[in-house]
Amino acid sequence: MDNKIAAVKMRNITKTFGSVVANDKVWLDIYRGEILALLGENGSGKTTLMNMLSGIYFPDEGEISIDGKEVIIRSPKDAYDLGIGMVHQHFKLVDVLTATENIVLGLKEKGKLDLKAAAKKIKDICDQYGFEVDPNQKIYDMSVSQKQTVEIIKVLYRGADILILDEPTAVLTPQETDKLFAVLRNMRDDGKAIVIITHKMHEVEELSDRVAILRHGQFIGDMPTKSTNAQEMTNMMVGHSVTLNIERPEPVDPKPRIEVKNLTVRSIDGVLKLDDVSFTANSGEILGIAGISGCGQKELLEAIAGLQPVESGSICYVEDNGEREELLGKDPLRIAEMGVSLSFVPEDRLGMGLVGNMDLADNMMLRSFRRGHSFFTDRKSPKKLAETVVRELEVNTPGISTQVRKLSGGNVQKVLVGREISSAPTVLLTAYAVRGLDINSSYTIYDLINRQKAAGVAVIYVGEDLDVLLELADRILVLCGGKVSGIVEGRSAQKRDVGMMMTRLGGNKADE
Amino acid sequence: MFDFVSFIPRAVAQSIPLLLGSTGETLTEKSGNLNLGIPGVMYVGAISGVIGAFMYEQSVSSAEAMNGVLAIGIPLCASLLGSLLMGLLYCFLTVTLRANQNVTGLALTTFGVGFGNFFGGSLIKLTGSEVPSIALSATSAYFSRALPFANDLGWFGKIFLSYGFLAYTAIIIAFVTAYILRHTRVGLQLRAVGESPNTADAAGINVNRYKYAATCTGSMIAGLGGLYYVMDYACGVWSNDAFGDRGWLAIALVIFTIWRPNVGVLASILFGGLYILYLFIPTGTNLAVKELYKMLPYVVTLIVLVATSMRNKREDQPPASLGLAYFREER
Amino acid sequence: MNKQNQGPLVHIVKRGALPWYCAWGIRAAAIVLALLACALVTTLLTGENPIQIYATMIAGAFGTTRKIWILLQNIAILLCISLALTPAFKMRFWNIGGEGQVLIGGLATAACMICLGDKLPNWLLICTMVAASIAAGAIWALIPAFCKAKWNTNETLFTLMMNYVATQLVAFFVILWEVPKGAGKIGIINQATEAGWLPQIGSYKYLLNVLVVAVLTILMYVYLNYSKHGYEIAVVGESERTARYVGIKVEKVIIRTMLVSGAVCGIAGLLLVGGTDHTITTTIAGGRGFTAVMVSWLAKFNPIFMIFTSFLLVFLDRGASEISTVFGLNQSFADILTGIILFFIIGCEFFISYKICFRKSARKEGKANV
Repeated sequence: MDNKIAAVKMRNITKTFGSVVANDKVWLDIYRGEILALLGENGSGKTTLMNMLSGIYFPDEGEISIDGKEVIIRSPKDAYDLGIGMVHQHFKLVDVLTATENIVLGLKEKGKLDLKAAAKKIKDICDQYGFEVDPNQKIYDMSVSQKQTVEIIKVLYRGADILILDEPTAVLTPQETDKLFAVLRNMRDDGKAIVIITHKMHEVEELSDRVAILRHGQFIGDMPTKSTNAQEMTNMMVGHSVTLNIERPEPVDPKPRIEVKNLTVRSIDGVLKLDDVSFTANSGEILGIAGISGCGQKELLEAIAGLQPVESGSICYVEDNGEREELLGKDPLRIAEMGVSLSFVPEDRLGMGLVGNMDLADNMMLRSFRRGHSFFTDRKSPKKLAETVVRELEVNTPGISTQVRKLSGGNVQKVLVGREISSAPTVLLTAYAVRGLDINSSYTIYDLINRQKAAGVAVIYVGEDLDVLLELADRILVLCGGKVSGIVEGRSAQKRDVGMMMTRLGGNKADE
Repeated sequence: MFDFVSFIPRAVAQSIPLLLGSTGETLTEKSGNLNLGIPGVMYVGAISGVIGAFMYEQSVSSAEAMNGVLAIGIPLCASLLGSLLMGLLYCFLTVTLRANQNVTGLALTTFGVGFGNFFGGSLIKLTGSEVPSIALSATSAYFSRALPFANDLGWFGKIFLSYGFLAYTAIIIAFVTAYILRHTRVGLQLRAVGESPNTADAAGINVNRYKYAATCTGSMIAGLGGLYYVMDYACGVWSNDAFGDRGWLAIALVIFTIWRPNVGVLASILFGGLYILYLFIPTGTNLAVKELYKMLPYVVTLIVLVATSMRNKREDQPPASLGLAYFREER
Repeated sequence: MNKQNQGPLVHIVKRGALPWYCAWGIRAAAIVLALLACALVTTLLTGENPIQIYATMIAGAFGTTRKIWILLQNIAILLCISLALTPAFKMRFWNIGGEGQVLIGGLATAACMICLGDKLPNWLLICTMVAASIAAGAIWALIPAFCKAKWNTNETLFTLMMNYVATQLVAFFVILWEVPKGAGKIGIINQATEAGWLPQIGSYKYLLNVLVVAVLTILMYVYLNYSKHGYEIAVVGESERTARYVGIKVEKVIIRTMLVSGAVCGIAGLLLVGGTDHTITTTIAGGRGFTAVMVSWLAKFNPIFMIFTSFLLVFLDRGASEISTVFGLNQSFADILTGIILFFIIGCEFFISYKICFRKSARKEGKANV
């Protein structure tokens, strides 16, 4: 490998945003015929680094050379001209245009715009790799994985031979992931240089030839995947070794708290999102929800929280004394007025759970500002609460009057979870509570959730990492395509079985 | 009996400034810039043309000595230049300096209307005329010359052939703009810029260049609307504030046509018709009702605006990034 | 590192927060530059001495007691409309329909004065006028708010159109009520009885307006910054999804805020018609509905700062109209100057939020590394 010429050489790359150093003198080599996994915790600067290669950002310092020649990449166009194509985590597609129009967008071909010829070329690429996409379909009609397909075709259509994929599997089903990996391997064998940004260890091990690790914006090292192991990579990512054990205390006196019966939800466009879902969540217990992303988890939590219109079914809240109250058809305000203390940590922290442009203290008020009969808001208690949260959850912030959007992902989540548990909830809903968090922050969150469980809260934990679910949850409800595929005991369930249930209703049983 | 033969030509004449204004604004809005400065741009387009024509008329000894090409060319170029500068100013502030588009647009309108009336007033003073207006009838004659046979073909000639060349140019520009937006690479890329500048940028499209080009071209087209108004419709007579609120009506027309310049050709005639309908409705002595008729174009636009938002069809919505500044490194 | 950094010559970086004095320093510099540019333009266009022009402007604004009162009156009305628009803007609802809302408020006032002038005792008449103008302005704002809340109709374009509907409605009533018939205008309403004229405090014709707006400014500041409503407005403006998540009814907030916005516009109409003009025309708002957008935006939606921004714009306008009389220039010259100054202020915001980095020359960098 030493005698190969690097397709891309990045040297001393530094990039700062305001006062945040996203990349600090990073060195990176990318070779052809190789899949490089760029590994690092969230916020370690992986995406920033690759954005500089694809021309989205411009480095403050440092050089980039392609095939040994120093280049300047000022814009994505420059990057394309150099054969660099990037599939972003957030798709860069225009909703009201068709797949074809999106794919040819920005191409400097000579002559008239010939969409028919382009559609044919797209079909050819699809056939070659086994993609399925209708070139004339509008993007807003497409599913997430279809959109990703369009993104990848777009890069291939341009003949890119240095391909960067930013967390491509986050939105895919396991089958789709396998397909994607097969395609990527083909491309590698074709002599293309491929970079995949990820923080999933098993993807690194399964797919990559070489792994490069970033930590806090700094380059830690790279090595052939074969000569390393998960433990070593984790150590390099985190900086010191961490125990991977998550605590799971026994539930204390579990009693039914939320009873969901025959819940059916349709999206605005009439797509069935939840189909006849029934289950019970107990107090003092963590109910994990597993499933491929987009299988109705979001709708389920939002329906319980009163944010999602429901077609039929019922959601009952059971009080300690056995009284039952229907939550369905009530908005969050009504639910709170009924005396049901329900907390919800949504998936989209800054877009939904918090207001990015407001400071910590103002964000603490979001839940509580209505309290009291005064026309005016109480400004003192949110400040106190903010100080408490910062102190107890070790939020790393210059102060409580800092805008939340200026904090890193983990600290944002601590602020959000801190606020949500401050109201002494009886039900805690969390969606992807540790997504994008580094390992330390993740453990803080697991710990907080466990403390809630010990306090008798009914916790519903939607997660994507099966290992975590299997170690954290008391019971796991598996969703598949909006239906309940099964409910298993967290302590005895096998990862393999849960995985099967996620892809097929009832797991293996459906086959028999 | 409603007099269509005299109504339609007047409606068309009334429609051309609106059509040019709305075509220009549509092009601008497709790039994601909501240029509320269009009324000001149209004023500047008009007064620049007037200044050009005025200079030329002053420099030749008599109307007979005027050269047709120069008589048309000088005001035309002056007008295009004036509105181009306005477009550049708007772009510099909103695209390069990323200022708020609504505020910039309104300031541009204040400035443009003031500019038009100031120079209009100054020219009026220069001519020392009794009435507060300037008449450039010699230049106007070139602009408003109808097609041949217009007078020989009866109602047909009157309805279809009786307009000056700018009117036909306006219709051609509208169709060409529609074609470019719909069927060419440039149009596709422009739409992408207006819908999602991030995406366009990632696809290697120079977002700022497209925004500049579309907005400046749009301004120039809109400026022609001002020029048409003063040279053809008003027969070369400039008087302050006479252009009125046509600029805002042009913006209304953009919504009414749901961002389609080809629809604008007929829609502008409808608007023009509504705008002057009060002249043709026998209201007897009740002048007040006429004021209510003048409300019609706005009410109709409101209805369309509400109706399209109720239907909520993706294709009929304003460009998604309309009104937002773009900064690539926004985090 | 001895290779030169070959980045683009200039590139732009977002700044962290600037200390407030730097931000205001930049703004002050922009105004100074704008005044220089205006001086240059003035000299070029008119050949007059710019210093003399500015002196004339100051004289025009502050020259006599009467001029100061007119200045204050204009500030009061402009500030009132800006205050009205601000809650909507904070909610990211671009209400550029101030013009129409003021007109309708004024129209309602005039209607009360004309139709009820001789039927009600004066105090009751004034109460009716206040209620009618507030209600009229609020209704005018409610229509776009309702459509925005219900169907997400584009509010910028909607409120813009509503202005012209209002204008034509006023034009209709002006002809209906014209005195004398055929004059095309109403003239001073109730000149003999002064019925429905807002009371004059002492001998100061404009004092009432100034006081009313001063109180409104404080109320609006408190409303936006310390009330629950104000907090809800801020949350809705920042993120509708967050608002829904915490149980704020976004539709309700949009409608309620626009009712407030329209109502205050209605008060501006009341002050204009009942307080000073005692008549109504289609141009009574005089473009202030649009100018107010700029006042509010320049002040970063802060009611207290808006006192200064409205002062600035009114000063320019008054000063420039003095120039036009003294130097025999056209009144529209004021608009040109206002435009130029606005461009500078609008443009300077860029330098507050962004930093321009020039490429360091190779030599300099080399030295730095030695």
